[in-house]
Amino acid sequence: MIYQNAAHPRAAFAFFRPKLGEGRLLLPWQFGPLPHMNKPVTERGRTMANDLFNSFMTGPDENGRFGKFGGRFVSETLMPLILSLEEEYEKAKTDDSFWAEMHDLWTHYVGRPSPLYYAERLTQHLGGAKIYLKRDELNHTGAHKINNVLGQIILARRMGKTRIIAETGAGQHGVATATVCAKFGLKCVVYMGAHDVKRQAPNVFRMRLLGAEVIPVTSGRGTLKDAMNDALRDWVTNVRDTFYCIGTVAGPHPYPAMVRDFQSIIGKEAKEQMQAAEGRLPDTIIAAIGGGSNAMGLFYPFLDDTSVNIIGVEAGGKGVDDRMEHCASLTGGRPGVLHGNRTYLLQDDDGQILEGFSISAGLDYPGIGPEHSWLHEIGRAKYVSITDVEALEAFQLCCEQEGIIPALEPSHALAHVMKIAPELPADHLICMNMCGRGDKDIFTVARALGFDMSDAD
Amino acid sequence: MSRIDAKFAALAADGRKAFVSYVMAGDPDYDTSLAIVKGLPAAGVDIIELGLPFTDPMADGPTIQLAGQRALEAGMTLARTLELATEFRKGDDTTPIVLMGYYNPIYSRGVDRFLEDAKAAGIDGLIVVDLPPEEDAELCLPAQAAGLNFIRLATPTTDDKRLPKVLTNTSGFVYYVSITGITGAAEAVADDVGPEVARIKAQTDLPIIVGFGINTPEKSRAIASVADGAVVGSAIVGQIAAGKSPEEVLRFVKSLADGAHSA
Repeated sequence: MIYQNAAHPRAAFAFFRPKLGEGRLLLPWQFGPLPHMNKPVTERGRTMANDLFNSFMTGPDENGRFGKFGGRFVSETLMPLILSLEEEYEKAKTDDSFWAEMHDLWTHYVGRPSPLYYAERLTQHLGGAKIYLKRDELNHTGAHKINNVLGQIILARRMGKTRIIAETGAGQHGVATATVCAKFGLKCVVYMGAHDVKRQAPNVFRMRLLGAEVIPVTSGRGTLKDAMNDALRDWVTNVRDTFYCIGTVAGPHPYPAMVRDFQSIIGKEAKEQMQAAEGRLPDTIIAAIGGGSNAMGLFYPFLDDTSVNIIGVEAGGKGVDDRMEHCASLTGGRPGVLHGNRTYLLQDDDGQILEGFSISAGLDYPGIGPEHSWLHEIGRAKYVSITDVEALEAFQLCCEQEGIIPALEPSHALAHVMKIAPELPADHLICMNMCGRGDKDIFTVARALGFDMSDAD
Repeated sequence: MSRIDAKFAALAADGRKAFVSYVMAGDPDYDTSLAIVKGLPAAGVDIIELGLPFTDPMADGPTIQLAGQRALEAGMTLARTLELATEFRKGDDTTPIVLMGYYNPIYSRGVDRFLEDAKAAGIDGLIVVDLPPEEDAELCLPAQAAGLNFIRLATPTTDDKRLPKVLTNTSGFVYYVSITGITGAAEAVADDVGPEVARIKAQTDLPIIVGFGINTPEKSRAIASVADGAVVGSAIVGQIAAGKSPEEVLRFVKSLADGAHSA
């Protein structure tokens, strides 16, 4: 049965026991009310540190590991920088002025909190569970990416870095990075696979308007993973003045934890908004996963609420089978080491990395954040896959039923909602992260549906 | 005494600097690559660095990345790379071979099985770019226990505070990366490298070999003169990429080796 709570034997996470009073971190939802929130932080968040009970929220350990996943698999040139970044982030994390700056920008620049919206017609259409959408597509720049970028750029400024580099797949992270760099007057260089430059042309133009230099990556096969390789090469070359703003919960420690913490504002808000709307926790939370940052952001504040089912949706491309034309690292890959961390990867028998395949450029990555790999192995979250065809169907349904044009990435999550909602009772609350808007995807979708854009009347 | 230690002892006795060459195993194909590797000792190469192909060589420039792609397209794997070493060993039992690459193919094979196979193939040392001291438990410690040298990179960003951590558990030699950057990009500058080598020497008795950004006999000589030896990779691989025959490639290697040996 899908909707029973995932099993999580104590033995599996006993090593994550929080140590009493030792470096216990104050994360955003543990501070107390945010400026734009009128609900107090739940008691649970505060009592956690005092209970020697098992928690899913204490990772990573001091070596950057979530269980066996994560770590710091980088060349020596980068190691000192990674350590100094970690040090700087540890300081910032408990610095009220850091979070005050974040919240000010989240509120006035990004437009947070994003609404939690009851999708009434979609709920009626599917005829089962009550469906809520967390509207992170309404953020400035059109996706959740900016939540994290703001945090990293503020850190970069604190570290005295003057040049920001980023990799991007769909272009959303690149646009968010270019945006925040423009706001702060920082030099911005974005690496983007040559293939993605073509299929996400509107975002390439946006980045250039915002003053960023977009470098099409032709090394390897010119996709997101190659863009990440080239960004790492740039970083290793310009290590002294450059900050690498990673767009997802992957890479060497502390990136997976840091990006998660910045994105956790999504889940923190959703929890309080659901409380306000329904007086209780959701029963199921669900999000699409490429690297997994929007999903980690939604999931993390709910990890210890074990009544909540957590579902991550990977891109199944043309189907998760031996042809490997998909990006489902967890459902179709195995553990390996790439881009600074150990995690599930698409790879061949020799440990060579395979190219993913998805209609959605934002999910087209052969790896996944290490914390997801850990949640998968201990069973706290469940991971499924959705094909291109199913995602396209969900994309259209969302347009028709709710007047929301979703990005192809959350269309994958929505397609899974379409599968499960009809089987669930009317009092089952689903919260899905609508992590991006679909303006950037209309050309891809038009092509896939055989619609000729040059003949639009 | 390991082959690497024996080689440095012999070089020291002769008062000579070491010349280390890098080629990618299986580039452009297995047979050509084997012919080149077999010819390296006669061309003056003291230590062979054998590249293990990987799809995502994050610390390498386009020259090495393309070499890896050529090798993979020609069917190279970790197993075939070890076969190539085995084949070489049949005719040469003294020239050390250092396998250089990235961790995932090794992790994928399984560390214990890999170490056993590498040892049997006559591999003497490992340079695994994405395994810093923080991840020593992964491969470095098991490799040392299995009798393989684990050679670490020290870089311009490795400050004095961090250097002891990098030197701990390093054996065979220390590979000093002359630039912050990727292979085959910027040029190494002997005047910058000299003081850095002295800084590392103050903390270790291991030989210091310098690589990255060395591409001519003159540069090879200049760098070797301020260290215990020089490594050339991309410049040699570039010759292979240009379709030069093994004889032509080895002639170029000899000119580089002569450069280092004249230091």
